[in-house]
Amino acid sequence: MSEITKQSLSELIKNIKDKKLSSTEVTKAFVERSEKSKKLNAYVTEDFSAAIDKAKKFDENPNLDLKLPGIPMAVKDLFCTKNVKTTAGSKILNNFIPTYESTVTQNIWNEGAILLGKLNCDEFAMGSSNETSFFGCVQNPIDKDLVPGGSSGGSSSAVAAQLTPITVGTDTGGSIRQPASFTGIVGLKPTYGSCSRYGIVAFASSLDQAGPMAQNVRDCALLHEVISSYDEKDSTSIDFKRNNYVKELTNNIKGKKIGIPKEYRVDAMPKEIEDLWKKGIDYVKDCGAEIIDISLPHTNYALPTYYIVAPAEASSNLARYDGVKYGFRADGENLIDMYEKTRSEGFGAEVQRRIMIGTYVLSSGYYDAYYLKAQKVRKLIKNDFDEAYKKVDAILTPSTPSSAFKIGEKTNDPVSMYLNDIFTVPVNLAGLPGISIPAGHDAKGYPLGLQIIGKAFDEQNLLNIAYAMEEKINFKNKITDWWIK
Amino acid sequence: MSIDLKTIKHISKLSRISVDEKKAEKLAGDLNSIFEFIEKLNELKTDNVQPLTSVAKTTLKLRDDEVKSKNLRDQIIKNSPQENEDYFVVPKVIE
Repeated sequence: MSEITKQSLSELIKNIKDKKLSSTEVTKAFVERSEKSKKLNAYVTEDFSAAIDKAKKFDENPNLDLKLPGIPMAVKDLFCTKNVKTTAGSKILNNFIPTYESTVTQNIWNEGAILLGKLNCDEFAMGSSNETSFFGCVQNPIDKDLVPGGSSGGSSSAVAAQLTPITVGTDTGGSIRQPASFTGIVGLKPTYGSCSRYGIVAFASSLDQAGPMAQNVRDCALLHEVISSYDEKDSTSIDFKRNNYVKELTNNIKGKKIGIPKEYRVDAMPKEIEDLWKKGIDYVKDCGAEIIDISLPHTNYALPTYYIVAPAEASSNLARYDGVKYGFRADGENLIDMYEKTRSEGFGAEVQRRIMIGTYVLSSGYYDAYYLKAQKVRKLIKNDFDEAYKKVDAILTPSTPSSAFKIGEKTNDPVSMYLNDIFTVPVNLAGLPGISIPAGHDAKGYPLGLQIIGKAFDEQNLLNIAYAMEEKINFKNKITDWWIK
Repeated sequence: MSIDLKTIKHISKLSRISVDEKKAEKLAGDLNSIFEFIEKLNELKTDNVQPLTSVAKTTLKLRDDEVKSKNLRDQIIKNSPQENEDYFVVPKVIE
């Protein structure tokens, strides 16, 4: 048997079910490796001793019929966890201890998993590099001083570095897929409405969606199966028949029609990304799928649309942080002064910037010119996909326009940071599922990802295509454990 | 279009985020470059397009109006920065 932390989720489950490993052994192994990996700054809150206690308790009377029997798991610090601090990467929630559990994490614990701790992320999930977190940036295990992507940067770093066998992140404009691509792991953003948003700290409610981040497609399918559920506590949760994603997983994608959108050939795209994309096309052809050229004519308008819709929703969602009900409070001379100081001291620069943008585009006299306009363009973007899906089953694109960049490289230029999400944002605007799978390396040895975009509620097909491609790609992450002395 | 300092002050008031001169200047610069990028949408004619307000095609479900959680007082005030028995405490509002 290989070293515990090197095993995939599926291997760990098998070994626990076969009684070759106990939950305590597995949990201790991940705790130990996490303890040795503090340099990565992947965790905001560690819950290690409680995790080991829970594992021991699990082993006393193990229920091996569960889907995640005694599996330790750290989760993004955007999910409310009962009695465990939940910060959303923000100073304003630095002392917030939820009295309730998010539906997604509850689904995970119901299947026997054990919380290891809470993973770092960009403040309120607003960022593409994890640098906006109040708790500092996270190191990408691929190389020193490289960003792990964002906003689920602690999550991508922790899975790639094997501090947790698997995790859940959230994706509003690419926050699962982009960090997955930057760290050489698999990340799925499900269809809007398939995973409950109840108990997830809200950023942009019409775009936010939770999803799995894993070492391989099978693990990803398994966690998706656990977290995808109808929930009456989320009024946008959708009641549809969910698949047995693992049982129905197949690499037979013969005859599937895969679309290649010409608009994703953006200016100044590095040649290695273009080459990767071509390789991806060859892989799906090898699997017996058919390639069809398609057009998504409004692709270039997705980012400007996103930077109206998302901040508008954020400015409204974040109005709740007023220093009264929970979280940080600054002293003020009067009530208004207290509000203004609390929010000025409690939110970081990027969050303040987005609240300001959102407030402006919703303000009297500008609503029609910006917010309404963006909603109309959003419709055009969705129509593009609807049109394309008359001809194809799924769409293949690069996940990001570049590999991971250095910490500090883009912090002074918000627009260049935003451009990172150019391939992922349209998917959120249209509410579709998208998956990023590791597909190769650039000249520096940094991982590059390919994205597959599916029809709404067609996660099974998406996972199958990813599964078939994964087998052909045979990707190996190049990680040297440089952060462990 | 350009966002001046007066507009920044106005938005900061609406947002309930205090800004000093230095921060206002930085924000004006950032917001102007972001809005320059956003202005790209004006290339599109959208007069006859219906705005998209929800990607989900489903309509909201009706449910019975019944109380499911009760006696949450302690939980609700547990995380407040300052409370007094059953109440949140805020700076004095009425002189």
